[in-house]
Amino acid sequence: MSNEATLERQATAAPVAPAIELKGISKSFGPVQANKDISIRVMPGTIHGIIGENGAGKSTLMSILYGFYKADKGEIWINGTKTEIPDSQAAIAAGIGMVFQHFKLVENFTVLENIILGAEDGRLLKPSLAKARRSLIELAEDYGLNVEPDALVQDIGVGMQQRVEILKALYRQADILILDEPTGVLTPAEADQLFRILGRLRSEGKTIILITHKLREIMEITDTVSVMRRGEMTATVKTSETSPPELAELMVGRKVLLRVDKKPATPGDVVLDIKGLKVVDDKGVERLRGIDLQVRAGEIVGIAGVAGNGQSELLEVLGGYADGIGTVTLNGKPLDLTGRHSDGKSRRNRGIAHVPEDRQREGLIMDYQAWENTAFGYHHDPHYRAGILMNNAAIREDTAEKMERFDVRPPNPKLAAKNFSGGNQQKIVLAREIERNPDLLLIGQPTRGVDIGAIEFIHQQIVALRDQGKAILLVSVELEEILALSDRIAVMFDGKIMGERLPDKTDEKELGLLMAGITDTDTPHSVEEIEENLAHTHGDPHKEI
Amino acid sequence: MDVMPKWAEVVLVPLISLLLAAVISALVILAIGEDPVAAVKLMITGALGSTYGWGYTLYYATNFIFTGLAVAIAFHARLFNIGGEGQAMLGGLGVAIACLFIPWPHWSLALIGAAVMAGLLGAAWAAVPAWLQAKRGSHIVITTIMFNFIAAALLNYVLVNLLRPKGQMDPATARFPEATNLPTLHDILAPFGIAFSKAAPANVSFVVAIAACFVLWLLIWRTRLGYEIRAYGHSESAAKYAGISPVKITMITMIISGALAGMMAINNVMGEAERLVLNSTEGAGFIGIAVALMGRSHPVGVFLAAILFGFLYQGGAELALWTSIPRELIIVIQALVILFTGALDNMVRMPLEKIFLAVRRARAPKPERKPVESAE
Repeated sequence: MSNEATLERQATAAPVAPAIELKGISKSFGPVQANKDISIRVMPGTIHGIIGENGAGKSTLMSILYGFYKADKGEIWINGTKTEIPDSQAAIAAGIGMVFQHFKLVENFTVLENIILGAEDGRLLKPSLAKARRSLIELAEDYGLNVEPDALVQDIGVGMQQRVEILKALYRQADILILDEPTGVLTPAEADQLFRILGRLRSEGKTIILITHKLREIMEITDTVSVMRRGEMTATVKTSETSPPELAELMVGRKVLLRVDKKPATPGDVVLDIKGLKVVDDKGVERLRGIDLQVRAGEIVGIAGVAGNGQSELLEVLGGYADGIGTVTLNGKPLDLTGRHSDGKSRRNRGIAHVPEDRQREGLIMDYQAWENTAFGYHHDPHYRAGILMNNAAIREDTAEKMERFDVRPPNPKLAAKNFSGGNQQKIVLAREIERNPDLLLIGQPTRGVDIGAIEFIHQQIVALRDQGKAILLVSVELEEILALSDRIAVMFDGKIMGERLPDKTDEKELGLLMAGITDTDTPHSVEEIEENLAHTHGDPHKEI
Repeated sequence: MDVMPKWAEVVLVPLISLLLAAVISALVILAIGEDPVAAVKLMITGALGSTYGWGYTLYYATNFIFTGLAVAIAFHARLFNIGGEGQAMLGGLGVAIACLFIPWPHWSLALIGAAVMAGLLGAAWAAVPAWLQAKRGSHIVITTIMFNFIAAALLNYVLVNLLRPKGQMDPATARFPEATNLPTLHDILAPFGIAFSKAAPANVSFVVAIAACFVLWLLIWRTRLGYEIRAYGHSESAAKYAGISPVKITMITMIISGALAGMMAINNVMGEAERLVLNSTEGAGFIGIAVALMGRSHPVGVFLAAILFGFLYQGGAELALWTSIPRELIIVIQALVILFTGALDNMVRMPLEKIFLAVRRARAPKPERKPVESAE
């Protein structure tokens, strides 16, 4: 790998050692080679992006750097000295801090208690807390990381929780910060604020590694970027000298279409009509607080929103596996929202197909073979039956055809679902649901954990189904996806729909405000206001991502 | 593409586990100053060396097939039915009622009637914990264990106060009428000119047990119900998504499980004792757990494991009879087999997987393309 040239500028301008240098790191899990001979140099005071599809090995690499895994081969050099990192304690001692995608905070502790957790000085808490409070104030001032030291973590918003994670690392004197998919749970405005903080940290001399799969973030904030594909580092380039299409190509290994090609919609009759839909969960919390929504034939309605604001519950009620209160009609006839006829089987009989948000937990039985999964939910179909037995041969045949049409690789009906890649798993679910020719398709996070190449295909299939005059309700936390696919966008916040917009008459900024529950989108709003709003939702932001 | 080929998974792993158990058992026997080789010889001749030995081995195996299948079907729905013992006791009660109070004209009708009654009572005994689990979330492991004790107490009461003939000191029912006595393997095989021990208790229930294996295989892998049961066992959230009712599956699976455990009584109560005595099950309900574990919840595996445990039981009895190896040590040996085949499964599996992996790597220098998902 010759990334020397691209880093020449830094190397010549400042004869300092790289903050991090990985040399020939390899790691395999059983038969899977997660990292193959990876070398990387990150200069101090820069933001280095690592981009790659799910499963490309980004997280494994960072876990090695943070001491969670031990590399099979290779060396780690920190600030010019070779360093062994057998565990996370050693990583912290070497000045590395990590902000995980799923925050590691104790919900019923205060911000301050969380920050000193694991770094208490003596047997008594009080002196440590006092010391932490002093340095917290300093850190907050230095880097613009404002938090409320005495608030309970469960009461603060996701944005602030993330800042607590960053402060935790800084409190432990981290000079190198690793952030794993930090914007997954943030609204666009919060993400912007995070990037401002990262910029500030960089100017104070901190080194930052940003792991993401979003090209936009790489372009916005990083100085250099490394692309990973299938466990290998395919390129390291200067951000200013690359472009999103080039990075996408490096990630996938071929040219990809980043835009969805689609004709304007020609909506027909109302297929799905939701009026005053409410959902109350086991704990008595209202997760849906009166939803009104229509989806017409031949249109894609996209639901935007930060994860955990009721989108999952909406899909669950419509899919028949959560109880709801209110009126929902399909083609003019009411749907049962509770009781015997409110289950997945009845919904399928009514012509509702459902690609669930979490294909591994819901959409597929991971230990079932592809053909068994193709019958999943439709196993009562007469075509799949032979007397009291299942007609396995017919199902296998059908599966082989579907795999062919949806380009599932490898096209082997007898392979267990867990052995397919994320994109191919999703294609199996999509093939099953779309080929049923449903009146209404519910589709949640259609491309989560799916490689860019497959995203293109999946988007085309969704649009093709729309063009056949079907109604599609799309839920996604990826705003870009919502904007690209939807013919109409409804924004959900705290179990309510904050408003509907047309994709060509809105932008990420306006949607971002709606996602934070702010409806007067014309006046300017501060990030604090947005956070304040988000902190009071009942949503559980960690549930989905 | 699993790490190991299927044959290694189903044959090699249990075989190695068994070998390890045998080695440690041999060491234990050595430690108390007996000869392990002689002990093994004695066990084999005692359990398999004569039709008498086989008769006992198969008799025990029949019990274990029923209870093993009962645990196995529940495992497929990820339910742990530890209540096989209690369900089999209730099955015994069902057999006793069917045999004592209905004048059967022929053993075959009596067998059907007794099997139905045994199944019904066993199923009913499993249905209560199942309902508590499905509707109330009471953990089925706890409730089925507790139901074993309730069953024992109930049987005690029924035998002492209700079914015991007047004047009899023994808490047991009267002998069943002759028309309900089941043909032994001796009776069945005689017309074919095969001489089989007259004294051995193996009887026609063994054939019923084999049939049960086949029916259960069909149910689990060929019917929609089996498909739903397995789906529910793999992932409850996915089952809900597909419109499979967790309540329905829990109830049906446990009812089938309880019925199978209950049907064991046609072997031990109807076929062997020909009356219902206290503690007729002799722990077969618990052995069923080991049998299901070792048999990987597959009916064929359960059948083979049941034969093995039948051998251990009969061979162990012979050992206790002819050597100075104490009875308790024989239980230790049986426990070692359970420990190695059931609980310590991964101890053998993991190194074996590594070996297979290394072999495959060595053969194919470039690893095939695989999703790297699991690494993230």
